[in-house]
Amino acid sequence: MSAPSTSGPSTGEHLVWLTHVNVQLALHRLRDADGRPLLILHGLGEHTPAEVPRAVSAWPGPIWGLDLTGHGRSTVPLGGGYTAEVLMADVDHALAHLGPVTVLGRGLGAYLALLIAGGRAALVRGAILTDGPGLAGGGPSPHSPFVAGTAPTRIPGLAVDTAPDPFALVELANDIRPPDYATSFVRQAVQFSGLDTPVSVTGVVRPSWLAAVVDEPGVAVSTLPEALRRYAAID
Amino acid sequence: MHLTGGSRPAGSVTAVPAADTRTSRPAPVRHEAGSLTYPGARRPDRHRLVDASGISLAVWEWGDVDAPPVLFAHGGFDFAGTFDTLAPRVADAGYRVVSWDQRGHGDSGSARLYSWEADVRDALAVVDSTGARSLPVVGHSKGGALMLHLADALPHRVSHLVNLDGLPSARSWPDVPEHHRTRMVNSELTTWLEHRRAAATKTRRPGTVEELARRRGLMNPRLDPAWLAYLVRIGAFEEPDGWRWKIDPSMRMGGFGPWRPEWSMARLPSLGMPVLCVLGLEIEVMGWGTLPEDVQHHLPPGGRFVALDDVGHFVHVERPDVVGDLIVDFLA
Repeated sequence: MSAPSTSGPSTGEHLVWLTHVNVQLALHRLRDADGRPLLILHGLGEHTPAEVPRAVSAWPGPIWGLDLTGHGRSTVPLGGGYTAEVLMADVDHALAHLGPVTVLGRGLGAYLALLIAGGRAALVRGAILTDGPGLAGGGPSPHSPFVAGTAPTRIPGLAVDTAPDPFALVELANDIRPPDYATSFVRQAVQFSGLDTPVSVTGVVRPSWLAAVVDEPGVAVSTLPEALRRYAAID
Repeated sequence: MHLTGGSRPAGSVTAVPAADTRTSRPAPVRHEAGSLTYPGARRPDRHRLVDASGISLAVWEWGDVDAPPVLFAHGGFDFAGTFDTLAPRVADAGYRVVSWDQRGHGDSGSARLYSWEADVRDALAVVDSTGARSLPVVGHSKGGALMLHLADALPHRVSHLVNLDGLPSARSWPDVPEHHRTRMVNSELTTWLEHRRAAATKTRRPGTVEELARRRGLMNPRLDPAWLAYLVRIGAFEEPDGWRWKIDPSMRMGGFGPWRPEWSMARLPSLGMPVLCVLGLEIEVMGWGTLPEDVQHHLPPGGRFVALDDVGHFVHVERPDVVGDLIVDFLA
């Protein structure tokens, strides 16, 4: 493994390719600075923004964004097979490159921010969960089963698969997110991060998994600026 | 984990193709059966490939191509060849047995992603390839649970369902304090994340035929070592440094996620087609630990349940004669 340089212009986009098994992940640096990075995770069907979103511009350190599998510039795999867990491992590959980060996730990215806050508690110095596409997933318990078509809807006129992957849109809008499964990640974050408040919820929508999360010790409900200040102030 | 290409300044980024336009990578070598023998076993009569949304699936068939088709679904880390003793018995009773190696298994292509839903979708592609509007399905272990999902989702495509020791029931967590349970969950999770970081360069451990058979025997202690050695020559491929199982190294036993075993069992009462459930009563490491009362409670009206004494998880391998007769009688 060769470590790529992260040098470059202090404000220009900077792109690192990560290999997660056989998927190429695009990790974008949106702003260079000293200090702990803020890692932005987009929502379902979205991709990393081209510039630092105004809402997070107060973050004092560098800002990075990860295109999840099937999204943005990352690989669109053949044949689907998406799970939130494998996308959590996407995020883990970004942590392997960046080291300790604060994670800010929108929608699906908020759910992933929670999962990685539990899975890599020592590397996630605060997870901020915000509203966005794909927040609810497929609900808290099994629904009527269906088999997603073998030819998902594609954009007319496009001959090849392009991001976002239609399989991702279908499969990650239907994955089950039990409340007690979600809270098990809060408990891991609390037990292993050493932080009093490892998770901050700044969105207003409360699918059942998130309603359970905000009732857990170690979870703060706050505004986004407050959450950014909270995690910028910790080591 | 590998970092490729290093970082690139804005404006000079070399694009990595976003679209996975290749077909999936097929398994490296398909062993020619040649003189492969095991008492009662017969290699398939036909082999073909089915494209499932770009994943190349190896389909295997026993029996007359014009006979009514029956779908066989194998368990996790197995392949269609594990039906070599059961399928001929059903085929010889007048059926066209159609099975396939699941994605990442046997001679099917590896995928970049694996999930339950993708496996069910692949199964439907194989069903479609038979030309049958509906057909009986038989599944062992994970394959049994996949067929439950298929039958529940698309009842118009499944005429009969046979489940061979593939009915997961509620997991019993050890009675431990919450903080200890959290530690166990975290340990499982971090082990899996470490596996994902390392999986890009992983290969299956090589060995002789006997070594691979012995390793598989550790997880399948009730099975005949000669059967396991037979399976190696079907489910593994030979390279200069030895044989390796044809299983995508990125896949891993166990794992974690929100899925709960009882979710599969809960599909059973809904089924309207004829149902036969066969359970081995010997509890094994590869099995689910499901008890007869778990099954009986969930059996749909008219459903048949057969519990086999002194038989483990691999009911079709241990007793292909009994299971074959049960299936043929049920389908008749």
